[in-house]
Amino acid sequence: MTHNAVSSPSSGATTHEAIGVAGLRKTFGRTTALDGLDLHVETGEVHGFLGPNGSGKSTTIRVLLGLLHADSGDVHLLHGDPWRQAATLHRRLAYVPGDVNLWPNLSGGEVIDLLGRLRGGLDKRRRGELIERFELDPTKKGRTYSKGNRQKVALVAALASDVELLILDEPTSGLDPLMEAAFQETIREVRGEGRTVLLSSHILAEVEALCDRVSIIRAGRTVETGTLDDLRHLTRTSISAELAGHPNGLASLPHVHDLRVDGNTVHFDVDTDSLDEALRRLTDIGVRSLTSTPPTLEELFLRHYTDELPGAEAERAEQAARAETAGREEKTRTAP
Amino acid sequence: MTANVTHVPATHEKPSPAAGALAGTGQLIRLALRRDRIVLPVWALVVAFLAASGASAFEALYPNPAERAGLTASVAANPSFAIMFGPAYDLETAGGFTAWRFGTIAALLTSLIAAFTVTRHTRQEEDTGRQELLSSAVVGRYAPLTAGVTTAGLFSVATGVLLAAMITGVGADATGSVAFGAAVALCGLVFTGVAAVTAQLAEYSRTANTLAGSTFGVLFLLRAAGDTSDAEWLSWLSPVGWVHRVRAFAENDWWVLALPAAAALVLCAAAYALLPQRDVGMSLIPGRPGRATATSGLRTSLALSWRLHRGALLGWIVGFGVMGMLFGTLASGVGDLVGDSAEMKRMLQQMGGARGIEDAFLSSITGMVAMIGSMYAVQATLRMRYEETALRVEPLLTTGVGRLRWLGGHLLFVLAGTAAVLAVCGALLGLGYGLSSGDVTGEWPRVFGATLAQLPAMWVVGGGAVLLFGLVPRATAAAWALAAAFVLISMFGPILELPQAVLNVSPFAHVPQLPHAEFSATPLLWLTATAAALVAVGMTSLRRRDIG
Repeated sequence: MTHNAVSSPSSGATTHEAIGVAGLRKTFGRTTALDGLDLHVETGEVHGFLGPNGSGKSTTIRVLLGLLHADSGDVHLLHGDPWRQAATLHRRLAYVPGDVNLWPNLSGGEVIDLLGRLRGGLDKRRRGELIERFELDPTKKGRTYSKGNRQKVALVAALASDVELLILDEPTSGLDPLMEAAFQETIREVRGEGRTVLLSSHILAEVEALCDRVSIIRAGRTVETGTLDDLRHLTRTSISAELAGHPNGLASLPHVHDLRVDGNTVHFDVDTDSLDEALRRLTDIGVRSLTSTPPTLEELFLRHYTDELPGAEAERAEQAARAETAGREEKTRTAP
Repeated sequence: MTANVTHVPATHEKPSPAAGALAGTGQLIRLALRRDRIVLPVWALVVAFLAASGASAFEALYPNPAERAGLTASVAANPSFAIMFGPAYDLETAGGFTAWRFGTIAALLTSLIAAFTVTRHTRQEEDTGRQELLSSAVVGRYAPLTAGVTTAGLFSVATGVLLAAMITGVGADATGSVAFGAAVALCGLVFTGVAAVTAQLAEYSRTANTLAGSTFGVLFLLRAAGDTSDAEWLSWLSPVGWVHRVRAFAENDWWVLALPAAAALVLCAAAYALLPQRDVGMSLIPGRPGRATATSGLRTSLALSWRLHRGALLGWIVGFGVMGMLFGTLASGVGDLVGDSAEMKRMLQQMGGARGIEDAFLSSITGMVAMIGSMYAVQATLRMRYEETALRVEPLLTTGVGRLRWLGGHLLFVLAGTAAVLAVCGALLGLGYGLSSGDVTGEWPRVFGATLAQLPAMWVVGGGAVLLFGLVPRATAAAWALAAAFVLISMFGPILELPQAVLNVSPFAHVPQLPHAEFSATPLLWLTATAAALVAVGMTSLRRRDIG
């Protein structure tokens, strides 16, 4: 572990940390791309890296790969300095760019072999398996591949390499659902082998299915980090119910918000943690119909992606109210 | 009345298939002119200004008939002028002088810019996928090609008009100016047609441009061979030669202009006939499948560099080899081309006899070879920037390949590749000259050595390009301007009587004129050191800068 020597003491990088970024800043001329970003990826985890377009995900990744020079901040990658030790560290990682460009006169198979060899070796059996799994024709020349197939070439090259860390920048944006499934299967295998993955993605189902933890960034800063469960607990479930009797005592429940009572009908939001308790209270009174809108990942991300949170929330609440009013007339009664 | 909701075009006339195939051409032309609104006017002005500066310098340099007669005699006595500049028909007037001295360069610039413009708006649009976006709108099948050809045609004509106007303005005869301007414009139109065809043949815009540029090179050589041998008809086969055969200011042979006009029409017709034979984005030559696995050799970034550079390098080597053999063979006969009037015999004697003329010829050839060959160094350097902007460097630099190793793989071609191009040319120049003069063992080392002496100057051009790539990557393409400036200074600086300090800017000014003049190692060492320093700064800068 000779490379430990380089890690700076200030960042508090632990030996379990595959990627440690603290207070990273990067500007291009007058635009600030990264404005004090933090990112911590534990060894062995699949870490989702999320944020709106232009929020600085790719810039962060390019700093991590030593392609861009950070203006300030601590950056550690596999216990080394990605700027100074780029080539050494790169032997231990594989990268799939969001925009895959291939050499027009090289076939996909040749690119896979070349990149693998430059990384210090390629698992031939694994290469064959992956080509089959992703249904890739390795004899086509770079130019003739579609976007999705170019991405498959980069994916096979990365996944067939024997590396500790995979850095994937929107790797599935051009893949069809079948290939998406193949990708998820492969990433699960990779995690099973104890490798670390940093996955930048906009496909929320993919993030939900694969990631142990996620970091959400916006305008060059980290706004949220945690497990998906952690994050989901921060959201609320919306409940509309028509009850058998008058809704008493609901307002006194903790974690119930925006309660509106209209005769025997109630509308409220409840913190997802306390959903169970609220429902128990409702069934005590007697439920004649119930609509529950669970917190979606979309909601979660929209909350973090939107610029003015309070305003946006109010607007969404208003929209939800309007939708509800409209929906009430058509609602079918369900027997409790 | 309102019941009919089916969408029917409001117009009653049925669009003819031909009109449909050209739909949107006007919009595309406007788009092309918008995109090129700076670059095309600038080039038209450069061409016109270059010629006008020559025309105005003539009066100052050769004020009286005696001096003009002297110029006529010395040009006639030295066939090496005819390689670069073509035949001279009238050196008594400013216009005739300009048509001779600046005809080739004006035709070269106009033709290449016209050709690149066609490619830029046709094949390159397909390359980048932008064509799909446009074609999905109401854009006819022939519209992009028509727009590209029209834009390049407008540029050629505008350049010709501007050229004629400016040289008339500085005192050249108006009729001759029109003939000269028309000759240059029509040469531009011929290469508009050439590029329209190469855009159909080639699969990539780079290839299309290379094919068009090589066509100019071949036709230039054809003209040069015709004008420096007794096979004058060769020159008549070349559109580059037609620019001179109009004999602007001397005879004004207007009928000659019919040749390029017909050639341009035939080439454009060929392009229109080829276009429907292929799909958008595809070439006429179908691609073959590649290998499923890489050969064992493809395992380093140098091996990849070889794959990327080999095509261009082999092309340059073959081209320069042919050029060397051709001019080597011609060189031994140039003394005979000089007339046998008493005056000519006297001048011949002054130049050191037939032998002296041949050496002067060889030394002009090596100078020309070096200047054109330095373009290879620029091209090889720009390949790195191309790889960078195409986002193909990132996948490499995120493996175990360090920046300097990646750079080294390309630098090998910038430096050693240039040396190889020059060496092959020099070897065949020496061989051609040796064989035709009957003394291979005596002449070959002399001529080969004289050619190789040009290498350090070419490295300086390549070094300048590497420096730009490392230090100001966005301006890497300015390396072309740098190389062009050196060439222009060397070619036209002396005749425009530019100050020595300006002439010394060009590395080619420092190369000893071998085998004509004395050998001196000092300038060569200095040039090599300069090139090394430029490359070193470029390398250091690349290590420090952001990629992408």
